[in-house]
Amino acid sequence: MNNFLLLPIIIPFFFAMILMFGQKKIAYQRITTLLGLVISIICAAGLVLNVYENGPQIVTFGNWPVPFGITMVSDMVAALLVLTTLVLTFFIVWYGFGSIGKEREQFFYYPGVMFIITGVNGAFTTGDIFNLFVFFEVLLMASYLLIVLGGEKAQLRESIKYILVNVISSALFVITVAYLYSVVGTLNMADISLRIAEINQPGILTVIAVLFLLVFGMKAAIFPIYFWLPSAYSAPPIPVLALFGALLTKVGVYAISRTYTLFFTHDLSFTHELLLILAVITIVAGCIGALAHFDVKQIIIYNIVIAVGVILFGVAQMNEVALEGAMFYLIHDMIIKAALFMLIGIVIYVTGTTNLRKMGGLIQTYPALCWFFLIAAFGLVGVPPLSGFIGKLLIIQGGFEAGNTWSSLLVLASSIIVLLSVMRIFIYAFWGEKGQLSENVQKSKYNRMFIPTVLLVILSIFYGIGTEWLTPFMGDAAKILIDPSIYTDAVMKGGE
Amino acid sequence: MEIVMAFVCGFLFMAAIYLILSRSLLRIIIGTGLLSHGAHLLILTMGSFKGSAPPVLSDGVTDYVDPLPQALILTAIVISFGVTAFFLVLAYRAYHELRTDDMTLMKGSEENE
Repeated sequence: MNNFLLLPIIIPFFFAMILMFGQKKIAYQRITTLLGLVISIICAAGLVLNVYENGPQIVTFGNWPVPFGITMVSDMVAALLVLTTLVLTFFIVWYGFGSIGKEREQFFYYPGVMFIITGVNGAFTTGDIFNLFVFFEVLLMASYLLIVLGGEKAQLRESIKYILVNVISSALFVITVAYLYSVVGTLNMADISLRIAEINQPGILTVIAVLFLLVFGMKAAIFPIYFWLPSAYSAPPIPVLALFGALLTKVGVYAISRTYTLFFTHDLSFTHELLLILAVITIVAGCIGALAHFDVKQIIIYNIVIAVGVILFGVAQMNEVALEGAMFYLIHDMIIKAALFMLIGIVIYVTGTTNLRKMGGLIQTYPALCWFFLIAAFGLVGVPPLSGFIGKLLIIQGGFEAGNTWSSLLVLASSIIVLLSVMRIFIYAFWGEKGQLSENVQKSKYNRMFIPTVLLVILSIFYGIGTEWLTPFMGDAAKILIDPSIYTDAVMKGGE
Repeated sequence: MEIVMAFVCGFLFMAAIYLILSRSLLRIIIGTGLLSHGAHLLILTMGSFKGSAPPVLSDGVTDYVDPLPQALILTAIVISFGVTAFFLVLAYRAYHELRTDDMTLMKGSEENE
C-alpha cells in the first residue's frame, strides 16, 4: 500500500484545475504549468527508483481486498513510461512558449495539456481494465480540445473525423470489456490474467483478444485502421502535434502490449501471429506513406506508423530479448518523435511552408538547426551509438530467436526506408539552392523554440550512450512483460 | 430475456451504423448516441440477469443482482454524454465556419481542397 504512485496522476490534475483560473494571465499559466510538471517529474523519478528497489507498487482504493477494489499498479513498464511522458511534456510545453500563440495560451491550452497527461499517466498506471477505458476517455477528451483549439477550418474539419473514429472505437472498447467480464467475471487485470490461465483461453477469449487488438489498434494506428492518423495529426499546430505524436499512439501500443503479454498468452500461434503480421504490414504501409509525401509534417507522421509497427513486432515475438527491445524502442521513439516534430516545427517557422519542394539551402542560414536535425534523424534510424540502435538490435535479435527470419529482415530493411525518408527532408530542406524563407523570423522567438529542442536532442543522445545504465531498468520491465506471475503476485499480495 | 436483449442491442447497433454512414453531421451524432446506448445495454446483458433483490448483503442473502455492470454503465453513460455534448458543440461551430454539414464536402486535405 503506497499512495506515492498516484502523485504523477494527481499533481497534473490538480495543476490543471488551478490553471483554469486566471486564463488571461499568460505568465501565471506558463509558470504554473512548468512548476506542476517539474514537481511531477521529481515524483515520477522517485517512483522509478522505488519500483526498481522494491518491486511493483500497488494501491487499492478504499482498502478493499484486491479483486474487488479499483487497483492502481506501478510496475517498471508503467513507471518508466510515466517518467518519459512527463519529461517530454515539459520540453514540449517549453517549446510551445515560442510557437503556440497568445490566443491559444489564453484559451485553456495549458489545462488541456495537463489533463492529457493526467489521462496518459493514468492509463499507464491503472490495473483495472475498465479504468483503462475511463483514463482513455480522459486523455481523448483533452485531445479533442487540443486538436480543435484555435478553430481553423482544417482543424474543425479534421477534428470531426478524429472524434467520430474515437467515439466508435470507445464504444467497441466498452463492448469488449463487457464480453471479457461476462467470460471471466472480473475487471482487475491481475485477476483476469489468473482466471484466463485457469481456463486456458478457450476460443471466445481469442475472439476478445482480437477485439482488443482492434480497439487499441485504432488508437495506436496499426495497419488497416491507421487511415485517420495522417490527416487528423496534420491539422493542429506543431506543439500539439508533437504531444500527440509522442504520447497518444504510444498509449495504444502500451495497452496492446499489456493485454497481449498479461492476458492472452495461451494461444500464441493465433493471437501473436496475427499481431506479427499486422505489425509487418503496418511497417510497409508506413514506409509507403513516408516516401509518398512531400510535406514535412506528413513524412514524420508516417514515421509514427512505422515505429508503432516496429514496437508491436517486438511485442509479438514474446521472448525476453524482444520485449526488452520493445521497451527500449518505445521510450526511444517517444523522445525522438517529439524532438523531430519540434525540429520540423522550426523548419516550418523559418521557411513559412510545409512543402519540401519550396525549401532549400537552410544549411547556409541555420547551420546549427541542420546538424541537430541530422543527429535526430540518425537517432530515429538507429545509427549506433544513438538512441534507436539498441532497441532495434534487441527486437531483431528476438525476432531471429523466435524463428521469424524473413519478417525480422524486413524490419531491418525498413530502417533504410526510414533513413531515406528523413534524408529527403535533409537534402531538400538543408542542401541545394536557397529556397523560400519566411520574412518575419524573429531571432528571439527562434531561440525560444530552438533551446528546448536542442536539449531534447541531447537527451536522446544520452539515452543512446547511456544504454548501459538503463539496461537494468529495461530488463526489469521486460521480465514483468514476459512473466505475468510477477505482476499478478504483486497485485494479489498487495491488497492483503 | 437474453434473447430479447440481443435483438434490442442488435437493432440499436444497426440503426447506429445506418445513421453513422449517412452524410449529414447531425444524423451521425445521433448515430453515435445510439451506438453507445447499444453498448450500455450490452454491458447490462453481459452481467447476466441472475438474482432479483438489490445487492445489500448480510448473512443468508444468496439471491442478489450483480451491481458491477450497473456501475460500469453509469460511468460509460456519463462519458458518452460528455462526448456527445462536445460533439454537438463542435458540429455547430464547424457548420458556422465551414458553411456545410455534409461529410462528403469535408474530405480531403490542405493540398487538394
